[in-house]
Order: sequence, then structure tokens, then C-alpha cells
Amino acid sequence: MAVLVPTRRGTPRLGLGAGLLAAARGLAFTGLMLAGLGLLLVILAAVLLTALGVAMLIIGNGNPLFRVVVALLLGVPGLGIGLFLAPGALLAVRRLTGLTRRLAGRWCGVPIAEPRYSPPPRQGRLGYTERLRWLIKDPATRRDLLWITVNLVAAWVLAATSAVVIGVGLIAFIGPELIKTIPPPAFPGNSAGTLIVLGLAIISAGVLAAPWLLRGYGLLAGAVLRPAGHAELEQRVRQLTQTRTEALDTGAAEIRRIERDLHDGAQARLVAMGMTLDAAGQIIDTNPEAARALLYEARDASVKALAELRDLVRGIHPPVLADRGLADALQALALDSPMRIHLASDLEGRPPAPVESAAYFAVSELLANVSKHAAARQTWVDIRHTDGMLRIGVTDDGHGGADPARGTGLRGIERRLAAFDGVLAISSPPGGPTAVTMEIPCALSSAKTSSC
Amino acid sequence: MRVVICEDLFLLRDGLTRMLQAHGLQIAAAVDNGADLLAAVAKDRPDVAIVDVRLPPTFTDEGIRAALAARREVPGLPVLVLSQYVEQLYARELLASGSGGIGYLLKDRVFDSGQFVDAVRRVAAGGTAMDPEVIARLLARNAGDGTLAALSPREREVLAVMAEGRSNAAIAQRLVITERAVAKHTASIFGKLDLQPSDDDNRRVLAVLAYLGG
Repeated sequence: MAVLVPTRRGTPRLGLGAGLLAAARGLAFTGLMLAGLGLLLVILAAVLLTALGVAMLIIGNGNPLFRVVVALLLGVPGLGIGLFLAPGALLAVRRLTGLTRRLAGRWCGVPIAEPRYSPPPRQGRLGYTERLRWLIKDPATRRDLLWITVNLVAAWVLAATSAVVIGVGLIAFIGPELIKTIPPPAFPGNSAGTLIVLGLAIISAGVLAAPWLLRGYGLLAGAVLRPAGHAELEQRVRQLTQTRTEALDTGAAEIRRIERDLHDGAQARLVAMGMTLDAAGQIIDTNPEAARALLYEARDASVKALAELRDLVRGIHPPVLADRGLADALQALALDSPMRIHLASDLEGRPPAPVESAAYFAVSELLANVSKHAAARQTWVDIRHTDGMLRIGVTDDGHGGADPARGTGLRGIERRLAAFDGVLAISSPPGGPTAVTMEIPCALSSAKTSSC
Repeated sequence: MRVVICEDLFLLRDGLTRMLQAHGLQIAAAVDNGADLLAAVAKDRPDVAIVDVRLPPTFTDEGIRAALAARREVPGLPVLVLSQYVEQLYARELLASGSGGIGYLLKDRVFDSGQFVDAVRRVAAGGTAMDPEVIARLLARNAGDGTLAALSPREREVLAVMAEGRSNAAIAQRLVITERAVAKHTASIFGKLDLQPSDDDNRRVLAVLAYLGG
């Protein structure tokens, strides 16, 4: 088996301590395997018990009524338990394989990337079948289940072997010399000296083999559990499709909102202004005073229309953002806010306009959240760009307890950032402080060309 | 009084020129970009320059930058900046750009030519003309300030109009109270805000703006 050749990351450390440690870790992996077996049985309970029930019904002998009753007694609870527990068990399998991946990196020197499990098909509580379908359709889940199955054999052969060998050497060969109640192995020439030499040889073999076996186990785990290239691509395509759809939906909704605002606001005011001006024209000779009043009314309407257009423009793309970029636009936002906002930025160029805009509105919404909910005295906004990543932190000294699952605001920001492969992390323990960090991968254009 | 206008849209440039001429002001030059503004200011030495924020070639904040550059080149040059929107950030930059009258108004303010020309004259004379919207936002931002909360409603009104850059007489006219009453309110405001009282209208305005801009 090519995967067993431990060449990926040098040779494992050898020696008595390392060997014993490796053997112990192998035993721990075996423990994980047993847990996996338990979960597998839960997942398959429905199938197994139902099959058993049906088998009883068909091939069992004796009273047909009795057979039917037994089949029902096995099959109905089997189906029930299996179907009821399967989704939870599948999620537990994820935890288990996640732990295996991490331990493989730490103990076996075989780092295994965490797969990107597909996100739930929609927000909110999923129905039973929806949940089960979501879990089962995920290729990463199938890989997890494959590993649980392969592991049933692999853990014994690779992970437990060294500990078993050391144990046999210790108990069966050395043991009789130390504790008289243990019978020595029965083979010709089993004198005390031979047994001790043989025992030490067996233990040494176990200790020496343990690191290699553990490494082999890790490599096998990697081969099964490492996200496959094409699966990752599929995952990426799915994610892009979803975020693109969401981005388009958001864009379309925005355009509808702008259209409605223009229609109900500035357009309506212009119509009214035209009518007022016409009325003024009608009476200008007969009643100049009233005409003058109408003219002023039209002027005031134009001021209101301008104010509405200004607000609308601010909502679409704040002028300072276009003029000066993200840091100054946020500075302007901070200046308009009654909260004390400390802004720090190390941006030396400008992110692409769409990223800039998304980041601006994200921060703007977060600040609105802070002022609405957090009862904070101060807020810090920190903008930096490192390693091709725009990082923005918004921290407040309010009372914390912000929960992205409860409000739609944070979810909305998350979705809009996702269109740029951006992510949002939040830490908000009860009692505060709340720290929100956003990361958007992007390049900066140099400051010189940014104004064009 | 001689004025240089810098506005890239022909209709507005033309309208401004005509309105100011109708009020007896003389237009030394009417240009449509920042570079020409600097040249005109250096050559004609006007009493005041009126500058639109959005100018070619970038159509962003060229006008602010041109105004700041013009004031560097001709120290103390009174400048009135016009914009479709007002930002505290820009108001601060203009106020910090040295001595000489400064104005920052929404374009809508030209609809009231009397008031607008008054603002132009005020800036040309070394005074201040801040748009009411800037002041409203400054006050909103300071709403949580305990000291401001200690002002009476009338005092807050006086403070807002004063912060726009108006003299006692103008405040009295706007709020329909006597000048004596305005003087009383002003003294009370300066006492409560712990500001140095001053007879100089403009120094008073700048002190209030500095207090609000904190």
C-alpha cells in the first residue's frame, strides 16, 4: 500500500518514549473508532432492525401471528429510532471525523484540511426530511461515513496493533516472571530467560513499530478524509452560484427601492411644482400677490425634492466614499454620529469600488446596531489591509450579547460580504464587549490612480 | 465687490453670474475647473471665490482641494464652497484652512438670492457662512452633551443661527426677537459653554464651531 510509506513529513520520531506515546495515541484512535461504530449502528438501526424483522417474517418458523408480532416489534421501533436519531448521529459523525482530522495533524504528522460542508439550504429551522437530505447529499458527509466504515478495520490493524503487541509482550511473556498467578505461555523451551528475552523483543518490536503504524494510520485517514479536489471545486461552484444569486437579488431589490423612492419622492414633487407654476402663470396678471406665493411654494418644493435626492444618493453611494475612499467616508460617518467612534486605518490605496461600498455599508450597519442595541460609550473601527485581505474590526464597550442567529442585520451583512468571499466573525459575550471582524480578500489600487 | 466663480455646469455658472450681477456684484472671472480657478485667483485677486465641489477632471472633491490650494496660494482669500451635499469632514477642512472668510453651503441656498448674496458678502468681509444642515448635524452629534442640554430651547436656536455665521442683528431678524435679547442669550450661552465672550462676530462663530466640532 503506497499510502503507508511515511514520507510526507520526514520520519516519525523513534525511541522508547515516542513509541509508547504513539501506542497510546493509537489506542485513543481505536476509542474514536468504537464511538464511530456506535454512531454507525444508530444510523443503520432502522435498516438493520427492519431487515431483521422482515427476515423473521419470511424465514422464521412457528406461529405466523407470532412472527408478525416479532417482525413488528423489531421493525417499528427500529425504523422509529433510526429515523429519529439519524440526523443527529450524522452531525456527531462530523464532530468525530473533525476530531480525527485534527488529531491526525497533531499526532500523526498528517495535516488534513477540514472540508467545507455545504451550508443549510435556507435560514431558520429545517424540517426533518430537509435536514436529512441536506446532510446526506453532502459529499463530505459521504466521505465521513466511508471513513467510519474503513476505520472499523484500519483502527485494529494500524492504530491498536502496537499497543496490543506491547501488551502481549508485557503480560504474556514478562508477566509470569513478575506475578506468579499468570500462567506462562505453553510452548517448548519456555524457560524464564527465554521468556524475558522474547518478551523484551516483542515489546521492542511494538515500540519501534508504533510511530510508523500511527503515521500509516494518519496517511490512510488523510487519503479518505482529505477533501477531494473536484469535490472542493463542486463546493466552490455551488457556493458561487448561491452568492451570485443572492448578489443579483440584492441588486435587483435595491434598484426597485430606488425606482420607488424616485417615483414617490422627487418625481412627484416635480409634477406638483409644474402644476404650481402653471397655476401661478394663470393668475399672475389678475392676482400678482397670490402668484408670488405660489412661486415661493414651488421653490420650497424644489428644495424638498433636492433634499430627498440627496438622501437617496447617500443611500446608493455616499459622496465622500466616491471622493475620498473608505477611510474618509467612515470618518465622515463617525463625525455625523452622536457616538464616540475612534477610527484607525492603515489603507495606503483603495479597494475595488464594489468592495469599498460593501465594506462601507457593512460598517455603517454595524454602527447603527451598536447605537441601537449595545448602549456603548465608545466604539473602535479598525481598518487594515494585510496579506491581500481587507480586515475591518468594529469593537464596542457595550453590554454584548449580540446573536447573529436572532437578528437579520448581521445575517444580511454576512450574505453581502459572501458575494466577495468575505466573512464576518462576531464575539459578543453577555456583558460585552462586542467585537465584529470582517475579512474581504481584495487588492488595493495605488492611492495615485484611485481618484480616477 | 469682485467675484471669481468656478462651476463646471454652464447653466449654473451662467445663473450664478447673472444673479450676482443683478445684486451689483462684479464677476472678475467665471471658470469651469480647478486649474483655471488658481490662475484666475492669482491674476484677478478677487474679494471672494465661489467654488463648486464637484469639478473636472475627477468629479469628486476637486473643488474642496482647489479651494484649499487657492487659500494656500493667496493667504486669507475668502472662499465660498457650494455643493449638492454637505459633509462635516469637508467643513472641518475648510475651517482649518487658515484665516480669511470661509463659506460652505448647499447649492439649494442660491434659490433665495437675497440670503445667498448676503452670505457671499459676509464671506468676502472675512466672515463665516456655514450651511444650516452642517450646523443641524453638528448639534445632533452633540445631542448627548450635558452642557448643550443645559441650554434653553431659545438659547439652542440662537446657538444654531450663530453657528451659521450670523451677526446679532441677523439672528434677531431671523428669530424675530430684539438684538438686546440676542445679546443676553449669547452671553448666557457663552457662560454655560465656558467660552471666552468676544465682540468680534466671526471669532465668536469660530469658537462655537470649534466647541461643536470638538
